[in-house]
Amino acid sequence: MSDAALIRLSGITKTYGSGQAAFQALKGIDLVIDTGDFVAIMGPSGSGKSTAMNILGCLDVATSGSYEFEGVKVEQLSRNARALLRRNYLGFVFQGFNLLSRTTALENVELPLIYRGEPAAERHAAARAALKQVGLDGWEHHTPAELSGGQQQRVAIARAIVTRPHVLLADEPTGNLDSHTSQEIMNLISGFNRELGITVLMVTHEPEMAAYAKRVIRFVDGRVESDRRNGEDA
Amino acid sequence: MLWNTLQLALRSIRRNLMRSFLTILGIVIGVAAVITMVTLGNGATKSVSDQIASMGSNLLMVLPGQRFGPGAVPGAPFKSADVEAVRNQITGVRLVAPVVNKSATAVYQANNWTTAITGSSNDYFEAGNWEIAAGRGFSEAEERSGKAVCVIGDTVRDKLFGRQNPVGSQIRIKQFSCEVIGLLKAKGQSSMGSDQDDVVVMPLRTVQRRLSGNQDIGRLSISVKEGASIDAAKDQLTLLLRERRKIGENEDDDFRVMDTRQIAETLTSTTRILTMLLGAVAAVSLLVGGIGIMNIMLVSVTERTREIGIRLAIGALEREVLLQFLIEAVVLSSLGGLIGIVIATTASIFLAGLMNVPYLFDPGINLLSFFFSAAIGVIFGFFPARRAAGLNPIDALRHE
Ligand SMILES: Nc1ncnc2c1ncn2[C@@H]1O[C@H](COP(=O)(O)OP(=O)(O)OP(=O)(O)O)[C@@H](O)[C@H]1O
Ligand SMILES: [Mg+2]
Repeated sequence: MSDAALIRLSGITKTYGSGQAAFQALKGIDLVIDTGDFVAIMGPSGSGKSTAMNILGCLDVATSGSYEFEGVKVEQLSRNARALLRRNYLGFVFQGFNLLSRTTALENVELPLIYRGEPAAERHAAARAALKQVGLDGWEHHTPAELSGGQQQRVAIARAIVTRPHVLLADEPTGNLDSHTSQEIMNLISGFNRELGITVLMVTHEPEMAAYAKRVIRFVDGRVESDRRNGEDA
Repeated sequence: MLWNTLQLALRSIRRNLMRSFLTILGIVIGVAAVITMVTLGNGATKSVSDQIASMGSNLLMVLPGQRFGPGAVPGAPFKSADVEAVRNQITGVRLVAPVVNKSATAVYQANNWTTAITGSSNDYFEAGNWEIAAGRGFSEAEERSGKAVCVIGDTVRDKLFGRQNPVGSQIRIKQFSCEVIGLLKAKGQSSMGSDQDDVVVMPLRTVQRRLSGNQDIGRLSISVKEGASIDAAKDQLTLLLRERRKIGENEDDDFRVMDTRQIAETLTSTTRILTMLLGAVAAVSLLVGGIGIMNIMLVSVTERTREIGIRLAIGALEREVLLQFLIEAVVLSSLGGLIGIVIATTASIFLAGLMNVPYLFDPGINLLSFFFSAAIGVIFGFFPARRAAGLNPIDALRHE
């Protein structure tokens, strides 16, 4: 177990809508995640997994509660500061890949580096290296439409890790893929966790995928129901 | 940041060529239409005023009657005595040409052609800046006796004689035959579309006797001496004619004295209204182009919103995204504007040649159309993006 708490959630709630239509998707989440951990979040549909991930990824803001990221109180950050936090510390992999269409793999992977203001030469080199790391050398100039789902997800992973983020957030990264391809993707993700020390937070429905994680958190109805380390008894 | 964003914007344009092309197309058509219409209209106006200026700035025209259309005051035609009076009593008058017009058919061998027969004197040629290309004008004896001789315009020559030299031939007009003694140098089409060379000029007396059958004179063309005051001549002329026509103290004139400037104003104001109308029609097409852009932007807004979500998620700042979209919109619409200007210039030069009007570059309308197109691009391209960039990244990503 690592020493430093990377992420600390306390009493996080999230309410969608207001008045009659208000719906509380998170009903008070307390969670501490350490640097270098690999966390799988499971739970039934509608239990608030994605909602929690979006808050963790600073893509959305909590209704109440406190979220500390590397000691910084996220709820006190401005919109721009949260964007910079995403830019410098976070990487995302989505179920639906979310690549820019009609844009080559290389340009997709380069995109976060452009926003970081990296010079073109370094950008190209880093993007190529990242594509190589996910096993896509030779595919640099293909657009998403010319790639299989598994390949698209690899491009997305390359885009997420090209900036060497502290945390990789993946919401059902294998949700659209067959089991063989899913295994390959999981191998990549756990490899980055192991070798680069990137902390991974991943939502999944499949126990086979959760088995790659070091820690499994179960959400039920907007609350954490169980939280155990893999290898411990359930 | 600016350089990076510019690159992103250009990439995005390149990647979405079809969308970019359609966006531009509306602006290109609108801008080209507006500029072409206005430029041609300006050319037509210029050509009218040029033509009138070529008549000489020192020309006065006297017509019987006041105003056209409703409220018109009819006036008796002029008589030869009026011509003499004007010639002798108005200071600064160089020449006075009495004019009578009649339409008639001229026949030569198997060819016939209906044209305007003008009865006047040699002064008519001089006042109207006509040159005799072949043959001669009228002799004094011919004018006095009303001999059946004529000087024909180039169009009439063409219709009756083809390329042949008409001088010395006899043409028949109504029941009399008439010797062609001269050919006028071609002037070309007038800017109002009428053919100035479609004329047959005869001595006044010939027309009065053989065609109109009375002593009436339809109008007077008066050329004022170089350096003499046109306004003074007009005033004197008005006084003289009022006296001769016995118009009472409180009565209105029953004739009109116009100088070339006034004629020019009347005519150019007509073409100017036409220009404005054409410009307005073309402006509608620019507006339609703008609506087309809005359409394309709205259709692509789903895709664009998700794109914005992706950019925000990987750490783009709202202002970076906005700047990119702004640059995209401005580049596309300025490009459209520029292409429109190029097309308009080409089309205007070509059409001006075809319509026989001068090509006049009008910087005002070019600038106006250009900035209008840029504004359209910004409004329709940028504002949907502004809404999307203000969303939470996750809402933009989830946008359906
Ligand atoms: N934008 C939203 N507006 C309103 N309600 C929402 C919104 N997003 C999620 N919800 C609701 O919040 C609850 C939790 O949604 P969430 O997406 O977090 O579930 P999940 O655990 O990720 O489910 P799944 O496994 O199906 O992805 C659901 O009941 C959902 O209907
Ligand atoms: Mg979910």
